[in-house]
Amino acid sequence: MRLINRKPDRPTGILLAALPFVLVAIAYAIGSDIRLEANPQDKLLPAPAAIWDTAVRLFTQGDRRTGDILLWKDTWASLTRLLGGVGIAAAISLSLGMLIGLLPYARRMLSGFVAVISMVPPLALLPILFIVFGLGELSKVVLIVIGITPIMTRDLAQRVLDIPHEQIVKAQTLGASSGVIALRVALPQILPRLISNVRLSLGSAWLFLIAAEAVASDVGLGYRIFLVRRYLAMDVILTYVIWITLLAFVIDWALKTLSRKAFPWMEAGL
Amino acid sequence: MSFVSVTDVWQSYGDRSILERVNVAVDEGEFISIVGASGCGKSTFLRMLLAEETPARGEIRIDGGPPAVEPNRERGVVFQRYSVFPHMTVRDNILAGEGFATRWGRLHGAARRAGLDRTNAMLARIGLNHVADQYPASLSGGMQQRLAIGQAMAAKPRVLLLDEPFGALDPGTRIAMHSFLMELKAETNMTVFMVTHDLEEGFKLGDRVLVFDKPRWDPHDPGAYGATITYDFDARNGGIPFQHLKEAEDVS
Repeated sequence: MRLINRKPDRPTGILLAALPFVLVAIAYAIGSDIRLEANPQDKLLPAPAAIWDTAVRLFTQGDRRTGDILLWKDTWASLTRLLGGVGIAAAISLSLGMLIGLLPYARRMLSGFVAVISMVPPLALLPILFIVFGLGELSKVVLIVIGITPIMTRDLAQRVLDIPHEQIVKAQTLGASSGVIALRVALPQILPRLISNVRLSLGSAWLFLIAAEAVASDVGLGYRIFLVRRYLAMDVILTYVIWITLLAFVIDWALKTLSRKAFPWMEAGL
Repeated sequence: MSFVSVTDVWQSYGDRSILERVNVAVDEGEFISIVGASGCGKSTFLRMLLAEETPARGEIRIDGGPPAVEPNRERGVVFQRYSVFPHMTVRDNILAGEGFATRWGRLHGAARRAGLDRTNAMLARIGLNHVADQYPASLSGGMQQRLAIGQAMAAKPRVLLLDEPFGALDPGTRIAMHSFLMELKAETNMTVFMVTHDLEEGFKLGDRVLVFDKPRWDPHDPGAYGATITYDFDARNGGIPFQHLKEAEDVS
């Protein structure tokens, strides 16, 4: 039988899915063991047990000076920035995408502009943002917005254009105005696309967030990672990295579930 | 005065001439089949009837009204595909035939209840009441086209335009759809234009069959001349003419 026709059964599938994770964990454990054998003070690859202890301490024990649990404060600050930025970007790109996709006048005026803007590397704008918006929350949110809005807008506009022309004509023969076509025909069909767009953009959004926090901040997940880097506190860094990965995964999963629950017609054909 | 009058209509895209000197007059309640080879301007003609395109010259009037510049509620349409809204249930698709014309595209209160009653009657009429709460993607091709026709009829258009409505259906479903359409036509006396590739279908359903073809042909420049209506058959009584006494028609 050809390899392309061989499919794993369910237990094998689960095993295969777990395998890469297990391999990485084992490789890390071995590497850590070798280094700690040579030098028990080594900080580069702390033992898994040490990371676990650090994680428990970070999640449960307050700061010695203020009593706040820093990890939760960092998480709260970062998530507020991230979701704020992504939310604003989604709103802007949805409105612009609908305008560009539906109205020839708006398309003529904006599509070239958006195409050019999406070529600007957002991180190069970071210093400008810090100068203009200061070092507070605003500049970080704006960086995320600038970073992901143009690409989301382009994709959403294309999705609106991809709606079969027959549907738009049909809506007109039913007497729909431009507004009704936007509201009842285009918008409901674009919303699932917006969610998958947000899912794809979250990766870049995290990148911009951590970059902005690393450069200038006093709280946040990215800030903390770059702060403890000075002490070579690999256990803290690794805990934070795993925590961020987990957050990103949960957000992605939540959006996927939302999309499936909210748009049952997407799967009606399957 | 005929119901739909097409007067000296020309259409061209750039240098390519598509249609020239198209003249036809259609009475209310007639079923017009439009046949012809590919690229002979059948679909262009239908798009102009739909007012999706405006003719380069000439004009198309319905019931003596002004020539339309964009599609409106006078003209209902069913395409080969994509005629229904995939994000709405079957019932909402029919209801859209009435609701889309309002300010926000929805009916409310008493108007909605009355609309729902008419919608349910229409669903029963087109035989889709058992799938009223499903989405179009879960319906078969024939059911989707029945839904599309029902949706177009719900808006009570003056002219129904069908662009190869059964082209994507299997032969059995196609024959079922023919009888469905004949019944509907007998009930409503709607004026219908149908573009089809299938001559047999055209003659079976139509009262008249219009044939589009190019009367002039330049072998060095195939795009030089456009097509026009070259034959206008009377397709009633199985296409056999003189089946009624002229005197009897005059009396009735």
